[in-house]
Amino acid sequence: MLLRYRAREGMLAWAFHRISGVAIWLFVVVHVVDIYLVGGDPKAYNTVLQIYGSPIGRVAEVLLGAALLYHALNGLRILIIDLWPAMTVYHKALWYASWVIFVLVGIPGAFIILRPVIGPILGIGA
Amino acid sequence: MVMIDPRTAGRSRPQGSGFELFVWYLMRVTGVMLFVLALAHFSIMHFLFDPSQESASWIAARWGSLAWRVFDWTLLMMVLFHSFMGVRTVLLDYVHGTRARLLSMSTLYIVALILFAAGTAVVMTLPVVA
Repeated sequence: MLLRYRAREGMLAWAFHRISGVAIWLFVVVHVVDIYLVGGDPKAYNTVLQIYGSPIGRVAEVLLGAALLYHALNGLRILIIDLWPAMTVYHKALWYASWVIFVLVGIPGAFIILRPVIGPILGIGA
Repeated sequence: MVMIDPRTAGRSRPQGSGFELFVWYLMRVTGVMLFVLALAHFSIMHFLFDPSQESASWIAARWGSLAWRVFDWTLLMMVLFHSFMGVRTVLLDYVHGTRARLLSMSTLYIVALILFAAGTAVVMTLPVVA
């Protein structure tokens, strides 16, 4: 769908919102179950936690954070346009602005999460 | 088919004053709450602390504070409503036919109820540790 059409900003914003939303929903289902284990089976929870702390787990957390941040920022953009229809004229500018914030917040955030993995490689320590 | 306004990427405000309009507004209200609660939760768990230290005993100690139990349960309620109603919109877009809809909607709501019960149970009943 995205490849066949000449995708424009509004449509991409919508598609990314939907994809990131479904991804976050999938994680929420897993996350409520793993937190339930804190009460039901703490040992099993601690085992699951080791996955979250592993290198692969950290890459997945960066992807989760990216989905969350995009969905939050684009959600704000949708809300601005809903509450203030005159802003529809600037919907592309708002989308690009959300990407600027995404990069400014996301890059340092990804660095913090990945530091235990990439820190030793970069020679700055975990 | 749920109407999407291609200019805004948001779902168009449903006409009338029924259930769909109520959900449309609640998606926005819970969305704003989640902008604060979910981003704060992610920042606390990944930037201030690190998942490698967040063991079951760490969570039990954190839930020694009633405020964090209230915070986490509020976040749970917001995220369950927002994410399951969001997936409902997606399913209504792609799943057609009476049987398929009945099956997908029932499954969705049953999973939501199970998570509501499991999440509420653990956050409200986990014993307080000294």
